[in-house]
Amino acid sequence: MMKRIGKDLRPVLVCFMVMTLLCGVIYPIFVTGIAQIVFPNQSNGSIITITQENGTKIDVGSALLGQEFTNPEYLIGRPMGASNLSPTSEEQNTLVQERVAGWHVLDQNNTGDIPMDLVTASASGVDPNISPEAAEYQVARIASARGINEDAVRTVISKYTSGSFLGFWGESGVNVLKVNLALDGLI
Amino acid sequence: MSSIVIEDGLFLIVLVALSFPLGHYIYKVMTGQTVFLSRVIVPVERSIYKLMGMNDEDEMSPRKYAFSVLIFSVIGLIFVFGIQMFQSSLPFNPENFQAPSWDLAFNTAASFVTNTNWQAYSGELSLSYFTQAVGLGVQNFLTAATGIAVLFALTRGFIATKKTTIGSFWKDLIRTTLYVLIPLSLILAIILVSQGVVQTLAPYKEIVTLQGGSAQTVPLGPAASQIAIKQLGTNGGGFFGLNSAFPLENPTALSNFLQLLSILLIPAALCISFGKAVKDSKQGRSIYAAMLILFVVALAVLTYSEQYLAPVFQGVMASGNMEGKEIIHGVGTSALWGAATTAASNGSVNAMLDSFTPLGGMMLMFLMQLGEVVFGGVGSGLYGMIAFVILTVFIAGLMVGRTPEYLGKKIEAFDMKMVCLIVLVPPLLTLFGTATAVLMPQASTWLTNSGAHGFSELLYAFTSMGANNGSAFGGFTANTIFTNVIGGIMMLFVRFIPLVAVVFLAGNLSNKKIVAASDGTLSTSNGLFVGLLIVIVLLIGALSFLPALALGPIADFFTTIK
Repeated sequence: MMKRIGKDLRPVLVCFMVMTLLCGVIYPIFVTGIAQIVFPNQSNGSIITITQENGTKIDVGSALLGQEFTNPEYLIGRPMGASNLSPTSEEQNTLVQERVAGWHVLDQNNTGDIPMDLVTASASGVDPNISPEAAEYQVARIASARGINEDAVRTVISKYTSGSFLGFWGESGVNVLKVNLALDGLI
Repeated sequence: MSSIVIEDGLFLIVLVALSFPLGHYIYKVMTGQTVFLSRVIVPVERSIYKLMGMNDEDEMSPRKYAFSVLIFSVIGLIFVFGIQMFQSSLPFNPENFQAPSWDLAFNTAASFVTNTNWQAYSGELSLSYFTQAVGLGVQNFLTAATGIAVLFALTRGFIATKKTTIGSFWKDLIRTTLYVLIPLSLILAIILVSQGVVQTLAPYKEIVTLQGGSAQTVPLGPAASQIAIKQLGTNGGGFFGLNSAFPLENPTALSNFLQLLSILLIPAALCISFGKAVKDSKQGRSIYAAMLILFVVALAVLTYSEQYLAPVFQGVMASGNMEGKEIIHGVGTSALWGAATTAASNGSVNAMLDSFTPLGGMMLMFLMQLGEVVFGGVGSGLYGMIAFVILTVFIAGLMVGRTPEYLGKKIEAFDMKMVCLIVLVPPLLTLFGTATAVLMPQASTWLTNSGAHGFSELLYAFTSMGANNGSAFGGFTANTIFTNVIGGIMMLFVRFIPLVAVVFLAGNLSNKKIVAASDGTLSTSNGLFVGLLIVIVLLIGALSFLPALALGPIADFFTTIK
């Protein structure tokens, strides 16, 4: 009886162990090895490191994760945190109206309609990008807060704008953190 | 909108173009022919068989095949449960995560051995790298391979005459993993890393933000290797809690394109493989056509709703619905991903589905409620669709008064019993789960939204588990003892009852002789049959779920019309 069970279980257990070794150990370690050698920056979180005036290096963020900006001299990203609210709910409408009011407080000269992405939360809650329209909406404010001309701001923005893939897939995005680092002269 | 149509159109062209060569390749693998990778893989394959003590020629009866699948899955279940419970004493746990609660560990284990990947946890907040790779990652491969293996067995049932065996589960499982899943995952994982998907064993990174100098944690881990198979194997369980909506899991337009393609690629290719295997490519193509038509219609409604039925806010530029969507993915690819992930039993997301418009959310639910046969899970989607094909043949046979047959096999009472199990168990369990949840007094505390949309969150959760899909309306609080336990049991039943029925159906078909087609035989490869098949799929889905949908997304939609 025991012998019979042993005979039946051998293929099951051996198959499970070999497959676990192949798919759960060898495969991920192999990919990790290639990743670390060929793409060291990408595989470790696309960290942006800057050198401070005193020569020390600090990590100021990941190029792929949004940070919170509120000061007028910075390009400001989308609201932080994902809401999971129904877009048609009362709660959502109230939240959007609060954000609209917030933008008007920040920049009283700009009374135009606000781009949708600046008043809606993203999926990740840390969307690193905003739309080119949302960046353009903020150009005048950033320029006046920094005392530089608007075209200088636009130049920086266009430098950190990614296009869609092969011109048809996905949308353009402006990387908020990179623009702000460039405006501060850090990259 | 025209740009979205181009986006979707080109995507579908690439998908279809790639599915033909891949389908041909998988056909060769399933029938044991030599392929270009054989030279490298055959020695590995042989030595595994040797270690297992099995003979290359061994075949299994349906009973033994089903038993092997079940015992193999039980071992997986125990293993994944155990790894989670002991993760604090296991290696590669740089963030020192402790064991989750027993009910959550059970739910996660059930979820991953059933190819569902429903996630009541957040990976980066609760699971070690070891648990993710050795526990969950392995199941991503094995459950996908199991689905394809069972499809192979069913296919053999159609080809064989008067045979009592349906192939060897071990060979099917091992060959699928070695020849199909590992090579494709390897390529995809490395491209994903090049785009910025993380892949490291180092601990999380702390950075200091530019404005305000506060701390931000950058979660890391061996993510790319797992994300590749998560997409290719229609698993869908994110390495990170926010899945492919999280930039470190899906950073660029290219990564988004490839991950989206990978959701549908193998399920689509299997239609081609099936046609080749039964020596009538038209049969595979007509099933493929039915799936594509259902997919495109659902996609059109979904995209229209997200683009044009989005709310308009005062003082804000009108645009599509951007709540819960990432900038670079936009409305177009978010809607396309939503359709693909629910059609194909994948369950990964690149946008927050809870924040889709009411009708958009309804299409997501309905695609799952059709029984995950519009592409569906790898292997399981096609064997589910073949059950619908047999049902359609049966109904058509009743109408003209002929004994129904499919691919030369007479469809008889036992076959129809199995088909009923395959087709009816998922909706039955879904409705049962939803109804039980609604009766719980604390149900309303699990929801983020209120009213009809709140009910949608709950219906979505049980639809997702009851379809082995795994996507979620994120506002639903999933980690409760009730949902973990009931959901875990549901996922196991929904996966294994139909699966075992398919294996016995395969055995029964295998045992029959093949009758030659005559003038009176119903063609199963023309436009008329494709239309009939679509009607039957829609009919079963609609009859089962319209009342529930009326209380959720449909009511939600009508409350927005002022």
